[in-house]
Amino acid sequence: MAARDSVLTPAAVDAAGTGHAHFGRLLLAEWTKIRSVRSTYWSLIALVIAFLFFSWLFPYLTVANWKQATPEQQANLIEDPIGSIMSSGLFVGQLAVAVLGVMVTASEYGTGMIRSTLLASPHRVRMLAAKSLVFTLLIGAIGEVIAFAGFYIGRLTFKSLLTVNLDSSNVRQVFGVGLYLGMLGLFALVIGALLRHVAGAITGIVALLLVISNLIQLIPGRVGKYLYTYEPTNAGFAIIGKRLPDNFLISSWEGYGVFAAWTALLWALAAYLLVRRDA
Amino acid sequence: MIQATALTKRYGPRLAVDHADFTVAPGKVTGFLGPNGAGKSTTMRMILGLDRPSSGSVTINGVPYHRLAAPLREVGALLDAKAVHGGRSAYNHLLVLAKANGLPRSRVDAVIDLVGLRSVAKKRSGGFSLGMGQRLGIAAALLGDPGIVMFDEPVNGLDPEGILWIRNLMKALAAEGRTVFVSSHLMSEMALTADHLVVIGLGKILADEPMADFIAKNSVSYVRVRSPQLADLATKMASRGWRVDAQQDASVHVYDAQPAQIGDLAGRESLYLHELTLVQSSLEEAFMRLTAGSVEYHAGSTDPQRAPDGAAMPGWGTPVPEDFRNAQVKEHSQ
Repeated sequence: MAARDSVLTPAAVDAAGTGHAHFGRLLLAEWTKIRSVRSTYWSLIALVIAFLFFSWLFPYLTVANWKQATPEQQANLIEDPIGSIMSSGLFVGQLAVAVLGVMVTASEYGTGMIRSTLLASPHRVRMLAAKSLVFTLLIGAIGEVIAFAGFYIGRLTFKSLLTVNLDSSNVRQVFGVGLYLGMLGLFALVIGALLRHVAGAITGIVALLLVISNLIQLIPGRVGKYLYTYEPTNAGFAIIGKRLPDNFLISSWEGYGVFAAWTALLWALAAYLLVRRDA
Repeated sequence: MIQATALTKRYGPRLAVDHADFTVAPGKVTGFLGPNGAGKSTTMRMILGLDRPSSGSVTINGVPYHRLAAPLREVGALLDAKAVHGGRSAYNHLLVLAKANGLPRSRVDAVIDLVGLRSVAKKRSGGFSLGMGQRLGIAAALLGDPGIVMFDEPVNGLDPEGILWIRNLMKALAAEGRTVFVSSHLMSEMALTADHLVVIGLGKILADEPMADFIAKNSVSYVRVRSPQLADLATKMASRGWRVDAQQDASVHVYDAQPAQIGDLAGRESLYLHELTLVQSSLEEAFMRLTAGSVEYHAGSTDPQRAPDGAAMPGWGTPVPEDFRNAQVKEHSQ
């Protein structure tokens, strides 16, 4: 369209090119969305503080109460101190990621923003992909940073009791934190896209992380073991661990693969429904 | 140009939009009128690709919305002002949209100044009043300098200055050759703004024509006559073949005659005239007449939208009876 003599101020528009809503522009738009709301900052601050705090607290309490620990508990710790540090940090930290992930999609429906979003980008799958990429990279990057920071904090706190060193065999347990959080964030984003309701999706995902994944252990027999192993968050969490429990049937990387497969499947479903459903 | 062809939307058994055919052309303001529940919002959402039609199609400059490469540059829409995340500032909301379509920041500043939100641009939009939220929505619609502009109830929440501003804006946009499509309930506003009308009732398009034609077709104008010799005059007028309706206020309404003809008649018969007024029909009257008449379209149907006594439109219920208030008072005093 040529520049018009216009009621609206003219033609800085032309200078900006054709205005195609291509993927690069959608990435920028999604990044602007995420960085312009307070909930992002609150959740990320909560994640960082919770993770680092527990990376300190657990080793501190362990060292302080070493004499009262049973031989079994002592043996467990000595075998896998890194796993213990990372798990304690993740226990609360993962909730912050899950909540933020859900809000990134579900709050668009709650606030009606989805209508504005779809007017600017009617190419719905492209929009979902841009949102997913921006969010996963953000959480993954922050996750890696706090993983290593938490490791050093934990190592420092454990110093009086035992030395913990990083080598090629256990570095997976540390950078696995970033991988786990990134995938969990994406998983939560997809749950938010499927349920389109913030409170419902948060309840669902927190229940899954804290309650269901543990209650599954009560199911007896082979069925129980399969369910425990292939439940997405349990499977993904295996990447943090060194020696996995008896009722977990596959390896750490295989577990992460299962989590990724779950997420990919649900993402495809979310994309399909996004296209089919009315906004 | 917006073109709808047999556009249909079904929600379960209910037909919200029923094979709608209409065209919205550039260079004029097209008003989209209809009672509540007629299917206006559903139609607009289908035009914008938010809802999927059950059948039929609607295109924008020949393509469906989702195939527009740069949607905000072609169509700007205000559907409802609440399509904003309350935690985001007005500036950031517009910035998100601008970035998605590669529009420069200068456009964001331009539309903020245009709608007069400069002083609150960096404040959380959740705290905006209805009028401010409306203006933010208008800013978002105009962000890409689009050739087609669609507004759903734009004057909702605006003060008189705002209403005037929007009216002038829409007229100016149309004068520039843009396509302006506005839906509204405010008949008086619509009468002042729109050049062309598309009227929808119970999902069906009832009219798609210029404003003047619509009013002429759907309403009647009459002449109000008062005279000290009214009975005499009325008889004389009736014998001319004009329809004369007596009114409660000692006047008569005369149809099919011009004021000049009546005046001449009175003069020839030496009768006095105290009032001779041409009462032109309003858009509101024409609209009420047309949409009340859509009962013809549903002869014998069991459409649940109809009131039990068969009145056509989902209206406000049966009229309040004369003695309603007295009845209430009696109840209380017992």
